[in-house]
This record gives sequence, structure tokens and C-alpha cells, in this order.
Amino acid sequence: PALGLFLFTIAREPLRIIILIAGAFFWLVSLLLSSLIWFIAVKASDPRDEALQRGLLIFGVIFSVLLQEVFRFLYYKLLRKAIEGLVALSEDGCSPISIQQMAYVAGVGFGLMSGAFSMINLLADALGPGTVGIHGDSQLYFLTSAFMTMVLIFLHTFWGILFFHGCEHRRWWEIAAVVVMHLAVSGSTFCNPLYVGSLVPSYLLMAIAAVWAYLLSGGSAQNVRRFLLCK
Amino acid sequence: MTELSAHLPQFQHGQLTENFPDNHLSNTNDTSERRRHENSERRRNDNPDSETNGQPQNNIQQVVEQDEEEDEELTLKYGAKHVIMLFVPVTLCMVVVVATIKSVSFYTRKDGQLIYTPFTEETETVGQRALNSILNAAIMISVIIVMTILLVVLYKYRCYKVIHGWLIISSLLLLFFFSFIYLGEVFKTYNVAMDYITVALIIWNFGVVGMICIHWKGPLRLQQAYLIMISALMALVFIKYLPEWTAWLILAVISVYDLVAVLCPKGPLRMLVETAQERNETLFPALIYSSTMIWLVNMAEEDPEAQRKASKNSTYDKQANQTQNEDPEADDGGFSQEWQQQRDNRIGPIESTPESRAAVQALPSNSQSSEDPEERGVKLGLGDFIFYSVLVGKASATASGDWNTTLACFVAILIGLCLTLLLLAIFKKALPALPISITFGLVFYFATDNLVQPFMDQLAFHQFYI
Repeated sequence: PALGLFLFTIAREPLRIIILIAGAFFWLVSLLLSSLIWFIAVKASDPRDEALQRGLLIFGVIFSVLLQEVFRFLYYKLLRKAIEGLVALSEDGCSPISIQQMAYVAGVGFGLMSGAFSMINLLADALGPGTVGIHGDSQLYFLTSAFMTMVLIFLHTFWGILFFHGCEHRRWWEIAAVVVMHLAVSGSTFCNPLYVGSLVPSYLLMAIAAVWAYLLSGGSAQNVRRFLLCK
Repeated sequence: MTELSAHLPQFQHGQLTENFPDNHLSNTNDTSERRRHENSERRRNDNPDSETNGQPQNNIQQVVEQDEEEDEELTLKYGAKHVIMLFVPVTLCMVVVVATIKSVSFYTRKDGQLIYTPFTEETETVGQRALNSILNAAIMISVIIVMTILLVVLYKYRCYKVIHGWLIISSLLLLFFFSFIYLGEVFKTYNVAMDYITVALIIWNFGVVGMICIHWKGPLRLQQAYLIMISALMALVFIKYLPEWTAWLILAVISVYDLVAVLCPKGPLRMLVETAQERNETLFPALIYSSTMIWLVNMAEEDPEAQRKASKNSTYDKQANQTQNEDPEADDGGFSQEWQQQRDNRIGPIESTPESRAAVQALPSNSQSSEDPEERGVKLGLGDFIFYSVLVGKASATASGDWNTTLACFVAILIGLCLTLLLLAIFKKALPALPISITFGLVFYFATDNLVQPFMDQLAFHQFYI
């Protein structure tokens, strides 16, 4: 689905592609920094202590989430500056791309990168022979991973829109809500492999975020109805 | 500078290509007009806009320039489009290289090393290995420097025939021999039976069409496709025959050299561009990839450069030919004959790489009629393609993080390319395309491989999501 989003909405305009790649780059940098922190923490601790390792991992995840949001904010700042430049350059005095479009594209960039990093090794391994969950782990590993990744990509997209909108209108509670949601989703994955604990809340949160983002972007129930009835 | 890089020894290719303004966004009309006059030497002045300001070489009849401001605006406005025009081929090249590396094991087997890197890396101590790789890189770089200087000298003394012949032999080698090997390995991997006659027919057709497309006229898309394929082949050769540490060292040193050679006033590539501009000639068909070749496609309108040359009563017929030749996006780095003599064929192609690294330069607008700004394209040296692909290919071949690392390097290189194009639009001079992208790529490769990989592994194991 994310690839479909990309193809239909972004691939047409070069500016969006650049913003997308830059968004992916920012996510990557945040991941780099957070894994650096985690790595240092692991090296400094006892590798044999299982509980400690798990605790460190959790700490790493939370830190990474916070860093991602920080980088989303930085990216927002960069895009604001870029928009001013674009406006100055364009002929008719208005930017060829609006901040909402940028928010959307940035969200997709973040999401794609995050999804790619989560899934790609899994996919490569899935091509080979093997049995899922042979050691007593869940047999639904691949399926749940796929669904989780998809929901995460969508969530990043919506969070991008919400986040940028919050920054634009200086509504700090929106930004805080995004951060809290992100933490909640990541936190819910801690209960894996008890999948009901992670997938269901994630999808619920995604639905909420989707509706919220839609409303923020100017949609309304009437639009949906008209769209569905193909008017 | 990469302009001549095609002719210059392949080693230099890294440097050569970079020297040229790698990314020169196509400019507005002004530039094209100016370019028309300046023509070939433009490599250095990628930005037509900036040229009027900074370049003393605009001694040729300058067309009345439009407002500089307008140029800049238009340049940047179309900048995004040109960035994408460069993104696509770079991405394609990288995809081809990664796909081949992943599937065909031939390119990851160690079958010996090139003569250019005589020191082996299978040593007993780490220190010895480091020393060997440093020596290897030093040898390679010095070969490249020598070749670049040789090319500059050849160009200065107008030995065009030599350069031309060199280029042709290189492209012949690349198109026929390397694709033959490549095809053979692909067949072996997929266990496809094939007889020699069919293979001969395929390779023959492929090679001949390639030669025609690159050195003469041909559809733009086909030319671009051929250049991409050639770059991919070269990159694969590099990946196969360079040992680990040497490869990374070479990448790093070549970025530095590129930076130096393009921007320093005494750098060989810079001198090359200046000479070419003084003579008001197109640079010898360096290996460059151009995103638009309008004049090629538009057969009715002759090559503007050729026309201009004719009108200027150029004394060098070759120039006209070369202009024609230059239209194709750069021969593949022109394998030098010396290489062939010295080493087995496999080494040969290396030479072309330096050449292919012609810096990107804005293609002088060729049309004498009013040009559509959209048509102007950007040029990027083939050497840049090759080195980017080498980086990504090595990342996918030897990284423990596998796809994560490959993806990270890919994004890093694209961002580097974006930044370079942005700088090009700001400075409007010839810029090296390698340093920024390669630096980003290297940083991300090592960081992702060592830091991110364990983290992601653990996350995936517990199925946490960040």
C-alpha cells in the first residue's frame, strides 16, 4: 500500500520526490543516532544479563522514538525555510507546493524508510527455505510483521500531517499527542508475541490518526459521502 | 576535470568526472545562448548563469544576456526536475549493480586482483593489511593522476586522433568483452543453456548498436540506457577486482582528489576545461551522461555545436566530429590503449572510468532557436555513476546488515547528489560530484553496518517496532 501511495501521489512531481528522499534521510539519521546510543549502552553493560539487555532494548526504543520526533521537527524547520525560498523563486508568488503536501510527503518518507528498514531483511530471508516459528515462537511471525509494518507506515504518514499542522498553528498539544501516540504504538509492540496486545491498539490508533488528519486537511463527512457515491 | 576524463586514464576517471561541474542544472535561456558560444568548454561552467559573471572565458561573442536574476530563478525552478532527471539513471545503475551482485556470485568471488593493486589483503596481521591497502590505493591514485595529466597534455597539444582512438578502443572493449562475460555469468547462475552462435549474435548486435549510439547519433533514451549499462559493467568489474579495504580507501581518496583537481587553479581538470574554453571547442567526448540531448533527437536540426563550429570555420574537423560525438553521452571512459597493452582486458575498462567521470555540466543549449528551458538538461560524468554504484554494490556485497546498509547508502548518495546540485545552482561553477555523495555514503555505510545493524537485529528478534 505504501508503494501504491508513492506511485500515485508522489512519483509525478520531482519536488515531492526530493522531499520524500530527504525525509527518509532524516529518519535514517535519527535511527543512526539512537542506535549509537543503544550500542554504547550495550557495550557498557553486561552482555549476559538477559533482563538487562531487554531493558536496554526498551530504553533504546523509547529513545529512538523521541529522536524520530525531534528529527521530524527539524525537518519541519528545514521545509519552512525551503518554502520561503521556493516562493521567492516562483513566478506567480506562490509556492508550487503547499506545506500540507510537504507534510504528507515527509510523513510518507519517514514511513517508507521505517517500513523498509523493518521489513527488508525479513523479506529477504522469507525468500529462502525454512519453517516459521520452529522453535516455539509464533507461527504468524511474517504475517504480523507485515501488518505491523503497514500500520506503522500509515501512522508515520498521518503523524507527519498532524505534526506539521501542529507546528504551523502552534498547537503544542497536537505535537504532544503525536509523540504520545508514537510512544504508545512502540510500547504496545513490547507485548509481542502477544499479538492482540500490539496489533489491535495500533490499528485503532491509526484509525483515529487517519480521521484526525483527514479533518485537518480540510475534509469532512460530506466529502467522503460524495466521494463514495461518485458524485 | 572530468571533461577530458574520458580520454584520460581511467584511473583518473574518478577524478576527472568529478572535476567537471558535476551538476550543472540546465539553465535558462541566457545560459543557453551563452553556452552556444562557449559551447563545449562549458563543462566547467556548469551554470550558464554564473558563467557570465565569473568566467573570463566568455570572450566569445556573448549573446545579450538576459537578466541574471531571471536565470537564477529559472534555474532553480527547474532544478527539481533536473535533479529527478539525474536521480533516475543513478538509481537504475545502482539497482542493476545490486541485483547482479545479489544474484550472480561471480562478482563476489575473489579471482585475483588487478595489476593496479598488487598487494594482497590476505595478510596475517591487521597492520600489514592496512599497509597493503594504503599502498594499493596510492598506486591506483597515482595511475589516475598520471593518466589525467597525460590526457591534458594530449589535449593541449591537439593530439585529437590519439584521444579519439583511445576512446573508441575503450568502448569497444567494454561493449563487447565485458558484456560477453556478464552474459556468460548470468547464464551460469540461472542454469540457462545457450549456444555460442546465439551468444555471438546477441553480443554483436548489442555492441554495434552501442557503439553507434554512443559515438554517433541515436535515440536519446537508447544512449542513456547504454551509458547506464556501461557504468554498471564497469562498477561490477571494480567490485570484483578490488579487495575490501583498498576499495574503501580508493573511494575516499578519489573524492578528495576530485575536489582538489576541480577546484584548485592548478588542477589538471581545471586546466583542461580552461584550455577547451579558450579554444572554444567542445571538450573531447568525455564520458558524460546528459539528461537531454535535444539535438540528437531532433535530427532535422543539426548539432548546433557542429553548426557553430562550421560557421566559425574551425580548423579542426575533428572538432566537429567530436561535437557530434560529444552528443552521445560520453563514451565510456575511453579505455586507453596502454591499459590494454599492459594488462589483460579486464583491467582495461578501469581506465574508462576516470573518463566517464566527466563532471556534470550543463549541456549548452544547442538550439539556435529560442529554447524551451525545460529542454535543457544536466550532465553528470559517467565516472560518478560508476563510483556511486561501486559504493552501493560493495555495501550490498560485503555488509553484515545487508539490505539495510544498501538502502542506507542509496539514500545517502541520493541526498549527496541533491546537495551537490543545489551547490551547483548556487555557485554556478564546475563542481565535483563525488565528494559529498561519497562522504555521505561512506559514513552511512560504516555507521549502519556497525551500529544500526545490531540494533535492528535485536528489534526484529523481539518484534519491537520503533
